[in-house]
Amino acid sequence: MNTEKPSPPSARLDAAAIAELIRTGKRKELVFAILGVFCLAIAILTLTAAFLSLLLDGWSRIRPEFFVNFPSRRAAEAGILSAWVGSFMVLIVTMVAAVPLGVGAAIYLEEYGQKGGWIKDVIEINVTNLAGVPSIIYGLLALGLFVYYFKFGQSVLSAGLTLALLILPIVIVATREALRSVPVHIREAAYGVGATRWQMVSQHLVPYSAGGILTGIIIGLARAIGETAPVITIGALTFIAFLPPSPISTEPPFLNFDWLFSPFTVLPIQMFNWVSRPDSSFHASAAGAGLVLLAMCLAMNALAIYIRYQVRKKIKW
Amino acid sequence: MVTSSQARAATPAVETQHYKAEVRNLNFYYGSFHSLKNISFKLEANKATALIGPSGCGKSTLLRCFNRLHDLYPGNRYEGSIVLLPDNVNILDRKVDPIEVRMRIGMVFQKPNPFPKSIFENVAYGLRVRGMNNKTELADRVEAALKGAALWEEVNHRLDDLAFNLSGGQQQRLCIARALATDPEILLFDEPTSALDPIATSSIEELIQDIKHKVTILIVTHNMQQAARVSDYTAYMYLGDLIEFGVTSELFVKPKDKRTEDYITGRFG
Repeated sequence: MNTEKPSPPSARLDAAAIAELIRTGKRKELVFAILGVFCLAIAILTLTAAFLSLLLDGWSRIRPEFFVNFPSRRAAEAGILSAWVGSFMVLIVTMVAAVPLGVGAAIYLEEYGQKGGWIKDVIEINVTNLAGVPSIIYGLLALGLFVYYFKFGQSVLSAGLTLALLILPIVIVATREALRSVPVHIREAAYGVGATRWQMVSQHLVPYSAGGILTGIIIGLARAIGETAPVITIGALTFIAFLPPSPISTEPPFLNFDWLFSPFTVLPIQMFNWVSRPDSSFHASAAGAGLVLLAMCLAMNALAIYIRYQVRKKIKW
Repeated sequence: MVTSSQARAATPAVETQHYKAEVRNLNFYYGSFHSLKNISFKLEANKATALIGPSGCGKSTLLRCFNRLHDLYPGNRYEGSIVLLPDNVNILDRKVDPIEVRMRIGMVFQKPNPFPKSIFENVAYGLRVRGMNNKTELADRVEAALKGAALWEEVNHRLDDLAFNLSGGQQQRLCIARALATDPEILLFDEPTSALDPIATSSIEELIQDIKHKVTILIVTHNMQQAARVSDYTAYMYLGDLIEFGVTSELFVKPKDKRTEDYITGRFG
């Protein structure tokens, strides 16, 4: 097989052939671009249509009274006071529970877990699977665990902890990504002057990845605020005409935690309740509550994007 | 080879010298890969020793043994010893905490790696790790370290600026100041100028000359001219072996080993 092959003819093209090739290439490019815009338009138009229909139906309800009135039998007087206060309180519990658990777990997985060790593998597989578990399953777990076993009842605390479990995988994954984005040479710089692992983690890794961690937490909370199924499962009430007890009191010790055990409702449940009523004037209230929910979610996501942008501007590795 | 350097170490002229560390039969493994093979040499105190050799010869691996950075990653294994003098401790001993080793032996990395903190906090970090919190003492030591790294004049009016705003050469001198602040016994340099322009490179080389009187220096470089300019001793490594170790001026003028000669004359590498 060592016989000399004839050298192939020259691959050089004349100008016209090159121009024709480029023309064909660009035509294909254009077709793909149009297809892409079309796909994008479907997604955006659907969202915009949903938003506009909410806006048309619900805008009439967005008045100050809507935010300070309790739900009522008369649609015109019905407000979302108990719902947004409930959502807010549940979210606080969720944050207090999910942030330390999620960030702690992520730090363990990234920095302490033995690479290839079985404990790390088991946790990792679990975290990945948890992210795919349907939210109603979390509701069932919480009903058994928090409501009946721990006897927290159908309370703000049970709901907050349930949603915390639900967003834990989101927080863990985002935190791990953020920690991983700190370059190896920064870690070695800290170890190089004699820092312990904990000093490296607490004084360098966590502060430098705080923006990414915060973004993950906010996106997780935005997910939690819209969750309905698990909160219904643990037994949130749909009609609440009172507020949980205030966490701050005028008498010592000034703080009380009774609100944790109070019955509650949240925005999506309030919305669900109004939508399912036959009286169509309640549907406007539902749309109004939907607008408020959507605005809260968008605001949280915008905040997350803003923080990420600020951090990227400040720290360039 | 190794034997010839040991023979030289036994000559009377060398015995009057003062050593900072001695590497004895050092072997190092990345998993099953035998990366350093039976390395032995002595590091003279307050001198600069250069490690040269082609990529993959193990010079950076050897350097990173000196502050046990390999301990950070799983599957790495040391055999033999690096004895720190005069206290005669084997810093590779499992009973010696790597953190203690890193507190005594500083390192300057290939790419400038300041923390995304202020200039002051960067230099103060090693001191803070040692539990120093007194403001005036910190300020004094940071100033001394920055002066030692020839950076004080350029930054004294903006110590609170983010270190990332400095130029590459300034960042590297900041990293040297960070290492100097804690008065290390040995300072390790891992190709400290490979990411810098020629002007910044020459300022770092001058700096290395200036700090020799207070710290013993071990420097890895892929630039033979740099080794010739800054070091008193040079070790030539190839494929994990220490081929030749000697006084820099002698090693570059009349290398004893054919392989060293081939490398320094540019026939390969």
